[in-house]
Amino acid sequence: MIFSFDLLINAVISGILIGGFYAAVTCGVSLSFGILDIVNIAHPAFIILGSYVAYIFNISFGLDPILAAIIATPAFYVLGAGIYQVYYVSFEKRGQESLRGLAFFFGLLFITEVTLVLYFGVDYRYVEARYIGPTWHFGFVDIPMRLLVPCVVSLLLIAVLQLVLTRTFVGRAIMAVAQDQLALQLMAVDPIRIKRIAFGISIATASLAGAFLIIIQPVEPSVGREYIGRVFAICVLGGMGSLPGTVIAAMLIGIVESMTSTFYGPSWAPAVSFGFLLLTLAVRPAGLLGR
Amino acid sequence: MTNLLEVDNLGKRFGGFIALENISLSVPAGQRVGLIGPNGSGKSTLVNCICGTLRNEQGTVRFDGRVLDGSTAHQRTRRGVARSFQLPRPFVSLNLLDNIRIPLIYTVAARAGAHRHAREIEGRCTDLLNEVGLHHKARHLPRELTQVEMRKLELARAMAAEPKLLIADEAMAGLTHSEIEDILVLLVRLNEQGVTIILIEHIMRAVMSFSQRLVVLVSGRKIADGQPDEVMRDPEVERAYLGQ
Amino acid sequence: MRSDLFFIICLLIGGAVFAAAVALNNDYYFFAGYVVLQYVVLSTAWNILGGYCGYVNFGTAAFFALGAYTTVAIYKLYPLPIPLLLVAGGAVSVIVGFGMGYLTLRLRGAFFAIATLALAVVLQTLIVNWDFVGGSRGAYIVRPEAIAPFGNYVRYLFMVMLVLAAAAVTIARLIERSRLGYGFATIRDDELAAEASGVPTLRLKLIATTISGGLMGMAGAPFPYYIGYLQPSSTFGFDYAVNSIAMPLIGGTTSWVGPVIGAILLASLQQIATVTISSAVNLLIVGILLVVFVIVAPNGIIGLVHTYLQRKPDDFVGRRPVKTDAPGAPP
Repeated sequence: MIFSFDLLINAVISGILIGGFYAAVTCGVSLSFGILDIVNIAHPAFIILGSYVAYIFNISFGLDPILAAIIATPAFYVLGAGIYQVYYVSFEKRGQESLRGLAFFFGLLFITEVTLVLYFGVDYRYVEARYIGPTWHFGFVDIPMRLLVPCVVSLLLIAVLQLVLTRTFVGRAIMAVAQDQLALQLMAVDPIRIKRIAFGISIATASLAGAFLIIIQPVEPSVGREYIGRVFAICVLGGMGSLPGTVIAAMLIGIVESMTSTFYGPSWAPAVSFGFLLLTLAVRPAGLLGR
Repeated sequence: MTNLLEVDNLGKRFGGFIALENISLSVPAGQRVGLIGPNGSGKSTLVNCICGTLRNEQGTVRFDGRVLDGSTAHQRTRRGVARSFQLPRPFVSLNLLDNIRIPLIYTVAARAGAHRHAREIEGRCTDLLNEVGLHHKARHLPRELTQVEMRKLELARAMAAEPKLLIADEAMAGLTHSEIEDILVLLVRLNEQGVTIILIEHIMRAVMSFSQRLVVLVSGRKIADGQPDEVMRDPEVERAYLGQ
Repeated sequence: MRSDLFFIICLLIGGAVFAAAVALNNDYYFFAGYVVLQYVVLSTAWNILGGYCGYVNFGTAAFFALGAYTTVAIYKLYPLPIPLLLVAGGAVSVIVGFGMGYLTLRLRGAFFAIATLALAVVLQTLIVNWDFVGGSRGAYIVRPEAIAPFGNYVRYLFMVMLVLAAAAVTIARLIERSRLGYGFATIRDDELAAEASGVPTLRLKLIATTISGGLMGMAGAPFPYYIGYLQPSSTFGFDYAVNSIAMPLIGGTTSWVGPVIGAILLASLQQIATVTISSAVNLLIVGILLVVFVIVAPNGIIGLVHTYLQRKPDDFVGRRPVKTDAPGAPP
């Protein structure tokens, strides 16, 4: 282990930048799990799907990946709404979410990953964009553009999402449905429709997160697996439904992962977030900013 | 004489919401207590704290001389506290007989020194179902029961634990006149056998005829505690509860 | 039927299967059959915690790998006979299962499920970085040429797995019919009400987790000898998780019969498919079957059979006579 100040600073900075990206990855789960209490462990698979969609647009039309993701967002929304409908009719209504609902999402995760393997193979895919190569240098500080751009756009996405949840009627209905479904019904709002919208939004964020991912690193279908633990670790650590909490937790994990990778080697990195998760669940399941 | 149940300055909050504040209650063994209050006043929360389903942040609960704080719900049930849930929570994959069997094998048989034969347990299950009038559906599953029958099952399951203290949480909602009478007779008989009973109800007629003592909860606070007639004449009770 | 009689019958059936395979005189049947039996153990083990108690374990691979890597570690020091390795692998899995359970079983089922995922990854990372057992390069195990009286070592492994499968199924059936089975069912149905009825839910969940994990570890212990070359990426692979969940859910979770049916059907299907189509497609099929069954036939094949025969689909715990006059308190 070679300790040097430059290395530490750079590790922290890339940790923060990656943390911003992790927040975008997790915000969908903050919605579906933190607020709606749906354990969608297939979320990372949808992110990878988003990566491949961005990849196809990029290769075929030379479109900027983030732009491609924005275009694909409505389709992801519809996908999410459809999945929720199936989930609701098959499991929530029957009260079987715990075992069968989990198995359902696990199956979806698996199907998505294997289908991508069959279609695209296991080769790494990457996108081309003007900001992927360059790095800004400030003295010994390196800020890679491919990390900065996704981070900034991620934080923008979270800000927009937070505004939607707190300022719009639909957003507040979503927060309400988590707390008191009956009260919502008495206000003549269909809670199932609200949950469908929320889940649709959750999957829609995956489209954007996928674009960010493939900008940051090359992607192949099984990359999603390492994100399962990460996403739930951040969600739990951040206090479940809280978006600001998600951002803080994401940055924290980003920094710790980055430092572990820099000083101990990248093969230990996957254990960091999962280890964090186990620790959090064991010690403080309410998270850092838990309610 | 030490009381069977001693609730001392109990407090419970959910985030910023104070559900219970400064609740103190002493119940001597063998008493019939009625617990009333508007919806949302904290009655079920109090029951949950006494039974261990929820942890209270403040105060202590003492039962039969021992402090209950820190022990789990199943430990408290084994000590002799049993409750029925306001919204029935039957074991959906087990038939009625087996629903009753669970407290018998996990509470009664688990108490030190107890030893029951299979036939004895089977007989006891049938007896209990008989007492609440569900014997004809003994081998049915809970999903085939009406709401009213499910409430009776809840009560029978609580009784199966052979408690020293039974807390019946709105067991009579939706019952007919004669069904209420049946349950009251049942509870009084239990009480005569030595079981202390706390009855939580909205049906005033039942509460008044059953209770030796009335406790009133409003917005998480105890506002009255005493003889039923006196409590009902208390202007604060009238204002807070009956006036609504 | 008493459990020891049941176990003997299972062994006899197993013996018949073994004899049939010998008669066919093709080692392929032993290789393929080993995998099928392995999955019988894994899915039965999974079902004890998942089907009976309602707690989903995504980390089957973790416990399986614990058994396998215990064998590797012991092999590097001093090769022990398989039965002892089974015990060792089982013991390690039991300890880890208990530890993990103690930390996470107080939480909701969903958190427990996620924690099991975490465990699998953490364990894999630890193994990959532990050079003594080969790290990411993998570990070689030399399979002995022959062992009396089976001759062929693979036949010996097949028999070992046969006995383990019979034991697993007997244990599952024993649990179903015992007081423990009732307790597990209440945990699955309504944990809060179970606690209020006097059921020591944490203790029972720990029991389920340790039995389940222990069996999975034992299933993994002979694996290095079977495969010859152990690699973390394949040992910790998702296939174990998907299969051990799909098989009981497709077969039916309410009784020991379900995982057995699911394992035999799916594992055989996959063995055939791997030869004829690619292994990726065959995993896809498992995933699709899982989702379809979970939506359309929640009670699995058992449920479908019952509905078809127009009996009530309640092959639930509680319909069978239970011996409750055993002295002493229940667990």
